[in-house]
Amino acid sequence: MILGIDTSLGTAVAVVEADGVVRSEAASPDPLAHAEVIGVLLERALADAALGPVGATAAPTPVEITHVAAGMGPGPFTGLRVGIAAARAFALARSLPVVAVPSHDAAALAVLLADPHAPSEPFAVVTDARRREFAYTVYDGLDDDGHPVRIAEPALSPRDALDELLAAGGVRRIDVSAVPASMVALAAARAVAAGRTLTGGEPLYLRAPDVTLPGAPKKVGA
Amino acid sequence: MGAEPLVLGIETSCDETGIGIVRGRTLLSNTIASSMAEHARYGGVVPEVAARAHLEALQPAIEAAVAEAGVSLADLDAVAVTSGPGLAGALMVGVGAAKALAVSLDRPLYAVNHLVGHIAADILTGEEVEYPTVALLVSGGHTSLLLVRDLVSDVELLGETMDDAAGEAFDKIARILGLPYPGGPEIDRAAAEGDPDAVRFPRGLSRASDMAAHRYDFSFSGLKTAVARWVERAEAAGERVSVPDVAASFREAVVDVLVTKALDACARHDVPRLLLGGGVIANRRLREVALERAAAAGVAVRIPPLSLCTDNGAMIAALAAELIRSGRPASTLAFGADSTLPVTEIQVAVGA
Ligand SMILES: [Zn+2]
Repeated sequence: MILGIDTSLGTAVAVVEADGVVRSEAASPDPLAHAEVIGVLLERALADAALGPVGATAAPTPVEITHVAAGMGPGPFTGLRVGIAAARAFALARSLPVVAVPSHDAAALAVLLADPHAPSEPFAVVTDARRREFAYTVYDGLDDDGHPVRIAEPALSPRDALDELLAAGGVRRIDVSAVPASMVALAAARAVAAGRTLTGGEPLYLRAPDVTLPGAPKKVGA
Repeated sequence: MGAEPLVLGIETSCDETGIGIVRGRTLLSNTIASSMAEHARYGGVVPEVAARAHLEALQPAIEAAVAEAGVSLADLDAVAVTSGPGLAGALMVGVGAAKALAVSLDRPLYAVNHLVGHIAADILTGEEVEYPTVALLVSGGHTSLLLVRDLVSDVELLGETMDDAAGEAFDKIARILGLPYPGGPEIDRAAAEGDPDAVRFPRGLSRASDMAAHRYDFSFSGLKTAVARWVERAEAAGERVSVPDVAASFREAVVDVLVTKALDACARHDVPRLLLGGGVIANRRLREVALERAAAAGVAVRIPPLSLCTDNGAMIAALAAELIRSGRPASTLAFGADSTLPVTEIQVAVGA
């Protein structure tokens, strides 16, 4: 079973069986409370997973987490790091592998699975990047591994320039306000099954730290 | 859990990623990864740079600490973490990791106060620690004077800096004098050749009129301005600025005010013990003056080894071990990073 964690927008935790059956989901939409809620949501997701698949009446099998899937962003840095730190620590404690998943891949997977018969057309997952910018990634359909096909890597755009930019490429815009952790876990399950790496181990910050190099010391006057 | 619990502590309040492991009052490992070098070009700690570095350093630091202690994570009796005070984004990395570690291992979690952790570091020296004690904690992030009657239940804030931390003042003066970051060791080196009485720089909040409201508080911004003015004036007058003399005189002003206020607190609270903590304790002159004047005042000074004075995870683990020893329940999982956590909150989110 795969534990999925994403804090790129709100805080989301889920436990998903290797074949995609969702055991549990626990989430908070609060975009600022990641550190506060992550522990409680982890505990709840694990406890709920022990009750069996969501909506199933069959007797549950014990929860044995085999992988931890971490949503790597893009997303506001402070919150994003909480989930990645949690995923790494949870995995380390049980000697499990961490599977890094671009958070937009998970959101795209949710879009594509919601309507599997929709005609293939490129679309952009768009999320809040603060500072009057959006983060977006462009996808088109699922590949043979069941993974969203990324046709443009995650990038930032000024908010008022994004529509024009997407229209120029004939890309439909899909605004996303929550990344489901079950989709992070499912994307990881499919990547593991296919022996693929979805992204590197580093967070998708997309932005250098905001710092200014000091100039000469300011004069204080006599 | 016995009286000698095996505890792992996580500390990420500033620019040091500290992982410590203790068994009761015995130190097993103290792993510190510092992002100081990454801040050098900015002349001070950049919060976002520090937070990014914490995320990358945490896992290797935990692995190194566990290996050094010769234990496995599954052996732990409890996990401890700094909840505050400190840089919010940096603290959150540690809080997220600590919660997940505790849930994954199904072990209790103790969320504790960074400043009280500095006091707890003293327990790991293996010597008998006596209370009450006055504690002077000086670093790049804080300058606090505390009265500790009981480590786990009664810590009182006597005073703290109203503006810059002492360590920050060293960094800023180093820049004025054209010395690199971090300023503490550079000023110390330059001052070795200088005359501490060359310039009489002001002692902040030390006038009689300050005693009513700010007897134990500190202020270093006026001193910083005074040094900058002095240097500007000398340069404008075409005088040669002796960096060693200015460094020594500045350092003397900082040390004087720190030690004077600390010993004043000892005298007025009738506490013949002074504990020093925080990274600025590395400053040789500060230790020298503190020991000399305390001896004259009949005050016993305790200075833990430097690796326990700078920010570290062992002190966080040690504080949690003391809380466990005193029968305190674990923290709930519902707490966050508190950048301004008051020192009176020794443990946060105490469970039922
Ligand atoms: Zn400190």
